[in-house]
Amino acid sequence: MKPSAFEYHLAASTNEAVDLLAEHEGDAKVIAGGQSLVPLLALRLARVDHLVDVNRLNDLGEISANGRLRIGALTRHRTAERSTLVRQHSPLLADALTYIGHTAIRNRGTLGGSLAHADPAAELPATLLALDGEVEVRSARGTRTIAAGDLFTGFLSTSLEPDELLTGLSVPLWKPGAGWSVQEFARRSGDFAISGALTVLSVGADGLIDEARIALIGVAPTAVRATLAEQALVGQHPAEALWSSVSDAAVADLEPPSDLHGSSAYRKKLTSTLVRRSLAEAASRIGAAA
Amino acid sequence: MNRHPVHVKINGVDRDGYVEARKTLVDFIREDLELTGTHVGCEHGVCGACTVLVDGQAVRSCLMFAVQAEGCEIRTIEGMAGPDGELHPLQAAFRDNHSFQCGFCTPGFMMTAASLLEEGPLSEDALRHELSGNLCRCTGYQSIVAGVMDAFERVSDSTGEGGR
Ligand SMILES: Cc1cc2nc3c(=O)[nH]c(=O)nc-3n(C[C@H](O)[C@H](O)[C@H](O)COP(=O)(O)OP(=O)(O)OC[C@H]3O[C@@H](n4cnc5c(N)ncnc54)[C@H](O)[C@@H]3O)c2cc1C
Ligand code: FES
Ligand code: FES
Repeated sequence: MKPSAFEYHLAASTNEAVDLLAEHEGDAKVIAGGQSLVPLLALRLARVDHLVDVNRLNDLGEISANGRLRIGALTRHRTAERSTLVRQHSPLLADALTYIGHTAIRNRGTLGGSLAHADPAAELPATLLALDGEVEVRSARGTRTIAAGDLFTGFLSTSLEPDELLTGLSVPLWKPGAGWSVQEFARRSGDFAISGALTVLSVGADGLIDEARIALIGVAPTAVRATLAEQALVGQHPAEALWSSVSDAAVADLEPPSDLHGSSAYRKKLTSTLVRRSLAEAASRIGAAA
Repeated sequence: MNRHPVHVKINGVDRDGYVEARKTLVDFIREDLELTGTHVGCEHGVCGACTVLVDGQAVRSCLMFAVQAEGCEIRTIEGMAGPDGELHPLQAAFRDNHSFQCGFCTPGFMMTAASLLEEGPLSEDALRHELSGNLCRCTGYQSIVAGVMDAFERVSDSTGEGGR
């Protein structure tokens, strides 16, 4: 048995889950899909005294679209990826989900788990940032919402308190006619991307870009928005030459990490190429039905 | 450490166990239930050798704790052949296409393919994408892809299903 020993608690209700987290505050961790936590435990990069299993909390697995697209934290990647509500109301999210690992990983992994884990190379934190989404959080002390921009505080770190359970996420309903694109590069299909870009573009009645969203993965301790590049796009005519100039601007300030998958300079160049491709693809989808 | 009772239905048979919480499902299947057909390679989700079906879905049994499988239906490689030993179409197709050499990866590929087979045939491109979650150090994959494509045909010949 590779993980160190722990006490296992199967929560029968959300109330019980947050009570357990409060009772063992600091010594307890939630297990959802286990697709990130179990490898960490098996490699003994993490150890826990108490594991609170939320897999039987079926009320955390609901998807609805009343005013916002809302997805329960325990929704499996595979379920969300196949949901017509998600496809219709957030094609960027629907596409991003398909890039996560392999089918067997997505059968277990949950949206809430991915957001709470906050891997800088993961697709969902970047998607939530790109769409200015938010998460709902619950503890024995009450509930609160956290905007995407305030959630990811550092490498594998979030502003969730140790006694807080992520219960769901929500994003604004899709802006009609907006184009989108997910572009990433990984050595093998299903691996975490070396880097990537998620983009949303829309044009106003005058044919000029009125909204641009670009989130980058794998280039910083958290997913980041390319704010300067977004500003440079708004008010411009969509055009090939624009994508090239803006994609260089998008990576200008970045200092991505070097590791065995690629140097910092390589990541920068790669990311610029991915931004350019994502802008071109998003532009080609403007006006297309999701 | 506390132990937990676990009840599963594995390949149609009810089985009980009594496990430490940190015991993974794959270790439970191999050590406690003594079904050693499911292999274990990387133990952190990357190689796919430990893939089994839990309530009909392909999952990594090294990334689930046995306690979490309480009440679940599990299918492993031992449940593929018929009671009289008649090979499952996937097994027959793997044999006829030389889809394995050392055989270490085979149970994982077979269970991944079994979940695909339930949903109907795939194009070769889509199949390659799905199989990319399982690693094989011997075959070079070509014969595995050929074996699963062949199995799709064998099954749709017998049910008359179309492609997707
Ligand atoms: C081989 C492999 C390839 C992968 N490839 C990718 C990839 O390409 N892209 C990608 O994004 N991910 C990838 N993953 C990770 C996968 O997406 C995980 O499913 C996801 O990151 C975590 O979700 P989970 O439900 O499995 O969380 P768990 O592993 O159960 O938990 C992860 C962390 O989040 C916490 N947590 C979980 N749920 C909650 C909650 N509701 N409230 C508070 N805290 C919570 C846990 O305590 C833990 O710290 C891969 C995993 C594997 C094994
Ligand atoms: S042993 Fe489970 S994926 Fe490698
Ligand atoms: S046949 Fe040897 S690993 Fe695949």
